[in-house]
Amino acid sequence: MNGWELVHHIGPSVALFVGAGVVLTADMIGTRGRAPLIPLTLLALAIAAGWALWHASTGTTGPAFEGAIVMDRFALFFIFLLISATAAVVIASTDWAEELDLKGEYYALLLVAAGSMSLLAQGNDLILIFVALETTSIVQYVLVGVTRQDRSAEAGIKYLINGAVAAGLMIYGFAFLFGTTGATSLDGIAAFIQSGPEEARLPLMLGFVLVAAGFGFKMAIVPFHAWAPDVYQGGPSPVISFISVASKAGGFAIALRLFYSGLGGGGTFISQDWAIMFGVFAVFSMLFGNLAALVQTDVRRLLGYSSIAQAGNIAIGLAAVAAGSTLGPSTVLFFLGTYVATNLGAFFAVIAISRRIRSYEMSDYAGMIRRSPVLAGVLMLSLLSLTGIPPTAGFIAKLYVFNGAIQADALVHVNLGAIEGDFPWLVVVVAVAVFNTAISAFYYLRWVRVMVLDEPKDESTFRASAPMQAMLGLATAGVLLFGLIPAPLISAAQRAAETLQVRIP
Amino acid sequence: MPTLFLFLPLVGAILALMLPKHREHEAKWIALAFTTLAFAVSIAIFVWFDPDQVGYQMVDQFKWINPGGGGFEVQYIVGVDGLSAPMVLLLGLLSVVAVLVSFSVEVRVKEYFAYLLLLETAVAGVFLSLDLIQFFLFWELELLPMYMLISLWGTGRNRYSAMKFLIYTLAGSALMLVGFLVLGFAGGTFEISALVEAPPQDTLVPLSLVFWAIMLAFLVKLPIFPFHTWLPDAHTDAPTAVSVMLAGVLLKMGGYGILRIVLPILPEQAHDFRVLLAALAGFSVVYGAVITLQQRDLKRLIAYSSVSHMGYVLLGMFALSAVGMSGAALQMFTHGTITGLLFVMVGLVYERTHTREISEMSGLMHRMPLIGTVMLLAGLASLGLPGMSGFVAELTTFLGAFDAHPAATIAGIFGVVLAAGYILWTVQRVFHGPADEKWEHLTDANHWWEYTAMASLVIVIFAVGIFPSLLTESIESGIEPIAALFGDSA
Repeated sequence: MNGWELVHHIGPSVALFVGAGVVLTADMIGTRGRAPLIPLTLLALAIAAGWALWHASTGTTGPAFEGAIVMDRFALFFIFLLISATAAVVIASTDWAEELDLKGEYYALLLVAAGSMSLLAQGNDLILIFVALETTSIVQYVLVGVTRQDRSAEAGIKYLINGAVAAGLMIYGFAFLFGTTGATSLDGIAAFIQSGPEEARLPLMLGFVLVAAGFGFKMAIVPFHAWAPDVYQGGPSPVISFISVASKAGGFAIALRLFYSGLGGGGTFISQDWAIMFGVFAVFSMLFGNLAALVQTDVRRLLGYSSIAQAGNIAIGLAAVAAGSTLGPSTVLFFLGTYVATNLGAFFAVIAISRRIRSYEMSDYAGMIRRSPVLAGVLMLSLLSLTGIPPTAGFIAKLYVFNGAIQADALVHVNLGAIEGDFPWLVVVVAVAVFNTAISAFYYLRWVRVMVLDEPKDESTFRASAPMQAMLGLATAGVLLFGLIPAPLISAAQRAAETLQVRIP
Repeated sequence: MPTLFLFLPLVGAILALMLPKHREHEAKWIALAFTTLAFAVSIAIFVWFDPDQVGYQMVDQFKWINPGGGGFEVQYIVGVDGLSAPMVLLLGLLSVVAVLVSFSVEVRVKEYFAYLLLLETAVAGVFLSLDLIQFFLFWELELLPMYMLISLWGTGRNRYSAMKFLIYTLAGSALMLVGFLVLGFAGGTFEISALVEAPPQDTLVPLSLVFWAIMLAFLVKLPIFPFHTWLPDAHTDAPTAVSVMLAGVLLKMGGYGILRIVLPILPEQAHDFRVLLAALAGFSVVYGAVITLQQRDLKRLIAYSSVSHMGYVLLGMFALSAVGMSGAALQMFTHGTITGLLFVMVGLVYERTHTREISEMSGLMHRMPLIGTVMLLAGLASLGLPGMSGFVAELTTFLGAFDAHPAATIAGIFGVVLAAGYILWTVQRVFHGPADEKWEHLTDANHWWEYTAMASLVIVIFAVGIFPSLLTESIESGIEPIAALFGDSA
C-alpha cells in the first residue's frame, strides 16, 4: 500500500486537519480580523465531504495502516453526520464568533474536533481509538472555555476533570482487554472472544464496563453524565450545540464499533452481559434525565438533562443485541441522524432567541411565538420531535428503536431456544422508555406552552440573522423529512450497520 | 376516497395558517369549506359502501417505510368497512358542527381553526388506518391539537386540564405501542387484516399481557372507571367545539380500537377477561350516573354522563355477541350525536349567561325557548326516549348483553333510570322555574350557524331513532366477522 493509498483511506480526516492548519495560518498572517476564516473552514469541510462522497461512490476501501483504521460504510455514515453537524454549527455561529477574540482558534478547533471524530469512527485498534478519542476531548475542553469568561472557563474545567477521570477508566479497561485477549486490534479481540473462552469472562467484563465509562462520558449517559448540565449551562451555546450532537454521535459510533466488531456483536458468550449493561444505563439515563429536567427553569440546563434522557433512548439500540441481526446498531445510527437535525434545530433557535433577549430563563421565552414566529416555530417543532410526536423525525426514531429492541429480544429467545421462563427484559426497557416519553412531554410541551400561550414580556419583534435562518431551515427540513420519508435514512443506516458485522469471520 | 377524507382537513389547516394577519377572520370560512367538503366525502363513502361485500372497501395503500429488509416495514393503508363507515360519517358531521359553533371565536382565529382541522385529520386517521403503526401515529398526532386547543382557548384551569389530558393519554398509549410491536413481530406484519387472519400465538410476552397493554390505552380513552378523571377536567375547561369533538368522536377512538384491534386479534384473551371488563363497565355506568347527579356545573355534568354512557359501549362489546357489539357500535354513533348536541347547547347557554353554575340559572326557557327546547330534546334522546337514536342503541346493547352478563346489564339499566333523573332534573332547574331578572337581557339562538348546528344534529338523532336500519345494516356487516370469531353468527 503506497503513501497515496494510505492518505486516501483517511482522506476526510486529513482534509479537516489540514484545513485547521490553514485556518490558523490565515488567521496569523491575515490583517487582524480580515482573514476569510469562514470560507476557509467551509472549504475544508466541503473537501472532506467530497472525499467521503468519493469513497461512497467508488466503494469503500476497507482496512489500512495494518488494520488500525478501516474505511467502511459505517465510518462514512458518521463522517457525513459529523461534517454536516460541524458545517451547520460553523454557519449558524457566524455572528456569535464575530465577537470572539479567538476566532481563528475557534474555527480551527472545530475542524480538529471533526477530523479526530471522523478518525475515531474509522478506528479499529484500541491505541488509535484512545488517541482519537482524547484528541476530540482535549479540543472540546478548550472549545468550552473559548470565550475566556469565568463561567465558560469554569465549565471547561469541570468538563476536563470529568473527562480526565473517564479517560483514565477507559484506558484501564483497554488494559484489561489487551491483557486478556493479547491483542489491541479489534479483529484480534473479536477472534479471541469468538473462540469462546468462558474462563476469561470476568476480566472481559471488567474491561468492557471500564471502557463503557469512557464512551459513556462522551454520550452523556447515566452514570457518566455529571458534567452535562453544568457544561451545557456554563459553556458558550454554539460550542455546546456542537458537543451535544457531535460528541454524542462520536461516543455512540465508537461504542458500536468496539462492541459489535471488537467484542464480536451478538451471539458471543458475553454479548448478553454487555447488552444488559447498556439496558441498565438506558433505563437510568431516561429516568434520571427526564425527572431532573422536570424542575429546570434554565433552558440550557433543561437541554442538558434532555440530552441525558435522549442518550438513554439511543442506548436502547445498543442493548438490542442479537446474533445475526444488525437492527440494534441500525436503530442507533438512524436515531443519531434524526437527533442531529432535531437537537441542532432546538439549540440554534435557543442561541438566536437568547442572543436577543439576553436570558436563558424559560419564563423569558413567554409569548415568543408572537415576537419571533420563525424562531419559536422551529423551536416548537424541535421540541415536539424530542418528545416523539408525529409527524416529526423523533417519532419515527423512537418507534424504530423500540421496534428494534423488541425484535432483538424475540430473536435472542428464539436463538437460545428458551422461550419458557426466560425473562424478556428488553420489553421491560421499552416499557420504561415509552413511559418516559410521557414524562418528557411534560417539560417539553410546558416550554412550548410558555412560548405560545403566555403573554410576552416585551412586544418587540425580531428575527435571526440570515445564515442562522438558513441553518434553522435546514434543521427543520431534516426534522420533517426524516419524519415523513424516513426510508432513505433507515436503509442507509441499515447498510452502514451491516458492514459492522460483515467483518466478523 | 378515504385518503381524500383524511387529507382534506389537513389542506384546509395549511391554507388557514397561510392567511395574512389582517385577513385572519377568513380562516373560519376556509374551515367551514373544508369540513363541509370532507363531510360530503364522508357521505359519499357511506352511500357507496356496500354492506354485502366482505372485507375492506375503497382501500388505498402503498408502502410508506420500506427500507428493504430489517423487519420494519410500515404501510400507508386506509379503507372502510361496516365499522368505520359510520364513524367516518359521524366525524364528518361533527367537524362541521364544531366549526359552526366556533364562529364566534375572536382570539388567534387562524391558529384555532388550523388546530381544529388538524384534529379532524388525526381522528380520521385513527378511524381509517388498517396498519397498527399508522394507527398509532394518528393516535399520537391527535394529542398536539387537543393540547393546544384546550390550553389556548379553554377557560378556568385550562392549562392543568390540558396537561392532564396529555399525560393520561400518553401514559395510556405508551404500553399500547409495546403491545403493537410485540404483535407485529410475532405476526411478521403490522397490517391489521393479516393479523386477524393469522392471530399471533408465540409472542415474546404472554398474550394476556399484550391484551392489557393495548386495552389500557382504549380504557383510558373511552374512559372507564378508574381511568376517567381526565375527562371531566378536559371537558369543563375546553372550548365548546372541542367538547363537541371530544365527546363526539375522540372517546369513540377507544371503543373503535377495541372493535378494530383487540377483539379480532386477541379473541381468546377477550373471552378470558370478558367478565371482569363487563363488571367494570357496569360499575362505570352506575358510578358515572351517581357522580353526574351531584354535579353543579353544567359541562361537568354532561362530561360525567359520558363516563356513564361509555360504560354501555364496553358492556355491549364484551357481551361478545353480534347483537351486543352492534349495540355498542350503534351507541358510539348515537352518543356522538346526542352528547355533541348537548355540548353545543351548553356552549350556547354559556356564551349568553357566562356561567355554567346550574344553581345560578333559572327559568331560561322564557328567554331562550329554542335553546331550551333543543336542550330538552337532546336530554330526552340521551336518557333513551323511544323514537330517538339513544333508545335504539341502548336497547340493542342490553338485549345483546343480558345473556352474557345479567348482573352488569341490570346495573346498566339502572343507569338509565338515573339518567332520566339527572337529565330531567337539570332541564327543570336550568330552563324552568321562575324567570330570574338578571337574565332579562338574554337572547335566544339568533345566528344562522347556531341554527344549522342544532338542526343538523336534531335531524340525525330523529332519523336514526326512526330508521335505525340506516346505520344498522352497515354496522352489522362490520360486526359479523368479529362475532363469528366468538362463535356467534347472527
